[in-house]
Amino acid sequence: MSTLEIKDLHVSIETEQGEKEILKGVSLTIKTGEIHAIMGPNGSGKSTLASTIAGHPRYIVDSGSITLDGENVLEMSVDERARAGLFLAMQYPVEVPGVTMTNFLRTAKTALDGEAPKLRTWTKDVKEAMSQLRIDADFAQRNVNEGFSGGEKKRVEILQLELFKPKFAVMDETDSGLDVDALKVVSEGHNRVHETGEMGTLLITHYTRILRYIKPDFVHVFVDGRIAEEGGPELADRLEEEGYDRFLPTAAKA
Amino acid sequence: MTEITEKARIGAPAIDGFTEEGENLSPANPDNSPLAGASAKSHSHGGGVGVPDSSRAGRLTSYKVEDFPVLTGREEDWRFTPLKRLRGLHTQALTGAAPSVAVTGPEGAERPAGITVETVGRDDSRIGSAGIPEDRVSAAAWEAFSEATVVTIPAESSIEPAVGISVTGSSKDPSAQHIVIVAEKFSKAVVVLDHKGSATVSQNVEIDVQDGADLTVVSVQEWDDDAVHASSQQAKVGRDAKFKHVVVSLGGDLVRVTPSARLKQTGSEVEMFGLYFADAGQHLEQRLFVDHAVPNCKSRVLYKGALQGENAHTVWVGDVLIRKEAEGTDSYEANRNLILSDGARADSVPNLEIETGLIEGAGHASTTGRFDDEHLFYLMARGIDEKTARRLVVRGFLNEIIQQIKVPALEERLTEAVERELAAGNF
Repeated sequence: MSTLEIKDLHVSIETEQGEKEILKGVSLTIKTGEIHAIMGPNGSGKSTLASTIAGHPRYIVDSGSITLDGENVLEMSVDERARAGLFLAMQYPVEVPGVTMTNFLRTAKTALDGEAPKLRTWTKDVKEAMSQLRIDADFAQRNVNEGFSGGEKKRVEILQLELFKPKFAVMDETDSGLDVDALKVVSEGHNRVHETGEMGTLLITHYTRILRYIKPDFVHVFVDGRIAEEGGPELADRLEEEGYDRFLPTAAKA
Repeated sequence: MTEITEKARIGAPAIDGFTEEGENLSPANPDNSPLAGASAKSHSHGGGVGVPDSSRAGRLTSYKVEDFPVLTGREEDWRFTPLKRLRGLHTQALTGAAPSVAVTGPEGAERPAGITVETVGRDDSRIGSAGIPEDRVSAAAWEAFSEATVVTIPAESSIEPAVGISVTGSSKDPSAQHIVIVAEKFSKAVVVLDHKGSATVSQNVEIDVQDGADLTVVSVQEWDDDAVHASSQQAKVGRDAKFKHVVVSLGGDLVRVTPSARLKQTGSEVEMFGLYFADAGQHLEQRLFVDHAVPNCKSRVLYKGALQGENAHTVWVGDVLIRKEAEGTDSYEANRNLILSDGARADSVPNLEIETGLIEGAGHASTTGRFDDEHLFYLMARGIDEKTARRLVVRGFLNEIIQQIKVPALEERLTEAVERELAAGNF
């Protein structure tokens, strides 16, 4: 059982007008086996939280803490965080020139486990995971994300989730831009790992439709860099009906 | 990755205002450029009488330096080259001591049995068998050399291991060099031209690939930092012959390699590969020409370059000409560049001229991508440390060319050389 604990996190970014605070005190605790959905309108800081957990250099942590089983995550480099068991399924996965998927997956797996995976079982695992996610076999020989469609990139993120078996997965709007079929495939991929009972999930989404396939235990509503409301799955249903309007400042409602 | 892609296939819709060599219309070309003739303005090929000035087929060839106008830097084939850094190759008599030539086996090992190595005078019949200079610097070398090295792979012989031609410079005076490689009928060999040391040299390499021969020529430029090298490597490819040419440019201040393959007999196949890695201040230029003059030949071109550091500059120009007679041609050329740091510049110009519609296929592609912090973040977010991540990308990118060489000892050396380049750039 692992615990990812975020306490009173304040995060800002550099803008042309100086530093701008995006997260204004976020506290959240996720345990192995739990699925937490973070929902909120655009610009509320959801993706900032995801990128900050992964250690993207653009985000400056002003105060607060992130710990994984008591270890200070904020002191770790990006790769150390990954090796500690944190995985970020990115909203916009980049194309990496010159590196084939096969080479990338094997190199990452070796780095994460501290030893090279056994070739025979590894090849089999990769093939099986690819086929379950309906990723074409020739993708293995193509460069990472190069020329992949938006949906293909998201599937490849989930492929990594399945192969790397992290302690905690942060899924940053994995559902955006997916059609219904792709959304199902991607959700099933996540659920297969979830069912092992060895992973906790932080699911960041703007829409409620992915919550039909990935059932959250907790729902947190993000507004203006803070958690405005928390509850169980019923909160998502309410959001589906009412939208985010009641959380927005009165001026914006007009 | 940020990508600038240019792709064209036969049958692609014409874009208004562009010729197939779109950049010919660049306002950067002054009116007195040979490009700015009527043919360039009318955006059509063969619109006028005879061969249009902008066609590669119309380029002047001559053994005499005086036939070429004095270079201004505005010429189509010199517009990217910093002439000031040619150290007099284009203006002075090339009377300096030419780099030494030693013919050995692979990586300096014993010379393989069966080949003939001769030092001959200007009047030898094999000189001029494969090419006529196409620019002033090449013509200057042609006029200036006093003796040439001729390496012959005898007919029907299969030479193993590879033949190494070590070219070692030790003088900075502008000099001329001439090398002839003859692969006689049905012979098979790999010849590695290995350039080291310091030199200011204009070089003509003639490659005569006779009927049915299978020849690979690898030209490695691992010069010292101050070397200046202009190398015209012209190949005449015979009937049913196979020719593979690989350019590897790593060291030198200014290296300009202009390989050409002339397919003048049917059934031949040409592959041209290139790898270049430019550091801060280096100018590495490659301009190739594939001339499909007869039916049913095949050509494939792939050049890949990495750049790092302030003012690292690479140039790739790929001219592929499919003449009217060259029906059934199958051709594809591509250039890929990977920019690793700020301040570097890669110029990439694929030119495809097609004078017949009766071909198997013809295409070109050029991409210039940048390795940046987002790529690094992505790989590191998967547990890969920074150094490994950077090397993973560059190695993977360049390996595709290195593995074409098929001389294990040389492949190993080049892999190590790429690692050293990476280490030097704090990669």
